[in-house]
Amino acid sequence: MITLRTWLTADTPTSRNHARAIQAYLSWRALASNPLTVIGLLIVVALVVFAALAPLLAPQSPIAVDLTERFIPPGAQHLFGTDEFGRDILSRVLYGARVTLYIVVLVAVTAAPVGLLVGTVAGYFGGWVDVVLMRITDIFLAFPRLILALAFVAALGPGIENAVLAIALTAWPPYARIARAETLTIRTSDFIAAVRLQGASGARIVLGHVIPLCSSSMIVRVTLDMAGVILTAAGLGFLGLGAQPPLAEWGAMVSTGRRYLLDFWWVATIPGLAIFTVSLGFNLLGDGLRDVLDPKNS
Amino acid sequence: MTQTTVTAATGSSRFPSRYVWAVLKVVGTVLLTFLGLLLITFLIGRVVPVDPVLSAVGDRASHDTYEQARRELGLHLPLWEQFLNYVLQVLKGELGKSVLTANTVVDDIKRVFPATLELATTATFLGVAFGVPMGVVAAVNQGRWPDQVVRLLGLFGYSMPVFWLGLMGLLLFYGILDVAAAPGRVDFANLDVVETITGLIVVDAAIQGEWEVFFDALHHLVLPASVLGYFSLAYISRMTRSFMLEQLRQEYVTTARVKGLSETRVIWRHALGNVMVPLITVIALSYANLLEGSVLTETVFAWPGLGLYLTNSLLAADMNAVLGATLVVGTIFIGINLLSDLLYRLVDPRAK
Repeated sequence: MITLRTWLTADTPTSRNHARAIQAYLSWRALASNPLTVIGLLIVVALVVFAALAPLLAPQSPIAVDLTERFIPPGAQHLFGTDEFGRDILSRVLYGARVTLYIVVLVAVTAAPVGLLVGTVAGYFGGWVDVVLMRITDIFLAFPRLILALAFVAALGPGIENAVLAIALTAWPPYARIARAETLTIRTSDFIAAVRLQGASGARIVLGHVIPLCSSSMIVRVTLDMAGVILTAAGLGFLGLGAQPPLAEWGAMVSTGRRYLLDFWWVATIPGLAIFTVSLGFNLLGDGLRDVLDPKNS
Repeated sequence: MTQTTVTAATGSSRFPSRYVWAVLKVVGTVLLTFLGLLLITFLIGRVVPVDPVLSAVGDRASHDTYEQARRELGLHLPLWEQFLNYVLQVLKGELGKSVLTANTVVDDIKRVFPATLELATTATFLGVAFGVPMGVVAAVNQGRWPDQVVRLLGLFGYSMPVFWLGLMGLLLFYGILDVAAAPGRVDFANLDVVETITGLIVVDAAIQGEWEVFFDALHHLVLPASVLGYFSLAYISRMTRSFMLEQLRQEYVTTARVKGLSETRVIWRHALGNVMVPLITVIALSYANLLEGSVLTETVFAWPGLGLYLTNSLLAADMNAVLGATLVVGTIFIGINLLSDLLYRLVDPRAK
């Protein structure tokens, strides 16, 4: 009798989809065998769940002001305490997960494709296209990321959309670098020569054959990068240039808590702990993914 | 650049030799990158929603005054000509005036920069002093507990918001234990006691024999430098570990062991000696990255350096100051990268 498990661990796949299923299953097994990776995955899943279910999970509204309830320490009544406006910090942290997820997802879906396209085009076509594109990439890489993001936000004005735009503008160059390096090794392989001899256009080769092969190292890099994106976004929020009040953003929450640090420690500590946890989650997951998907770079 | 002349003189008689070309190429790349940097700051300055003419003449000015000011600022010229003027101005060392402080941006930066230098240098020193040995120990004990501890410390460093760690440091060491100094560079009583020579208060105080100020400044420096240094430690220890692992697999290490050299000598002399070369690049990069971390650290610790200057200007929408500071940081970043590249070529014979 064929169980699902034997089907998933078969030595000889019977179809293309079967092969993919085996591959996915084995990768999953490798991922799940590392406890740190599982912790990272759980943190990221928790972020998504909390963000999705924030209205259901939050005991109070994240912006409901109650001045009679200011600075209540963490306890049974308010698990994480309350802030200077009497707002429940647990509720604000839960809603803050939405802001963080929003930023992370937007940066990932804008910066990664741009970097991928720039890198593969530069690597595949070579010549002056490569020189020009890589010079532009290097110029962006020559800037410290936070400083460049700061300058962009200064020009565009503070706000969450502009923060996302500024971070995305600074996030694509490393992806371009990696995609180019991958492309350089792929483009000389025999199967690309075969596709070319069949008459495929450059665009078709890049989009249909090169980009799919770059995706696993991109996934690893994007996951690892998300930790940095969260830290940059939190840094912008801390400086008052990210999400604007009363929106619950973790960096901005640390910034207001800073004023009351020595008297009411929880106001700054707890949102910072949230940033740290989520960022650590992405780092752990990224490390694990790298070991499985991209073993040569670990 | 001295290296160019040395290699050209002592090298082969072929001219231009390969080394000259390599160095020329590096310098050319750097110039191009610098130009790109200028283009970015120029374009950022263009898209600002604040009208520079309006902020100069005020909104009550007549149309003629407005036009005249616009011409004086050169804003009627085509964009490429404006950019050219901007480049020339920057090359002359003019970055405009800060609205916030009413000084020229160049003077402001000269005044605040030593504070950042003091902080970043101390932090890098701490990062190297602890990070390199930790990386070596982790590599030697690969997979065992010291390796796990170093790995975890590194992971935490990569995941922690620097401003939050700073605040937690203040809470614990200043608020609860009361061993660290309050934010700022010196106590209020010691402000402006020593004359500014280098701008590094610790050095200035030592030169002038003001030991009270010296220890006070050191006391203030320890916590912010440790916070910042932790991030450089995370990076340096991780890189040292991977470089060391690579070296320890080499055959010369086996040879040295077979010869009967002590394990200490094999690891700390032979292997680490070879790691030093790539490590220079890593240390330089981490130094450059600290400039970035210093923006947030300086805000937390009220440290009057370039980072605090940048954020204060940002919040006041003082664009000349923002772009000037951005340009300076970017230039230093490029400069450090160039320096590490040239150093690498100088130290590693294979890079020639």
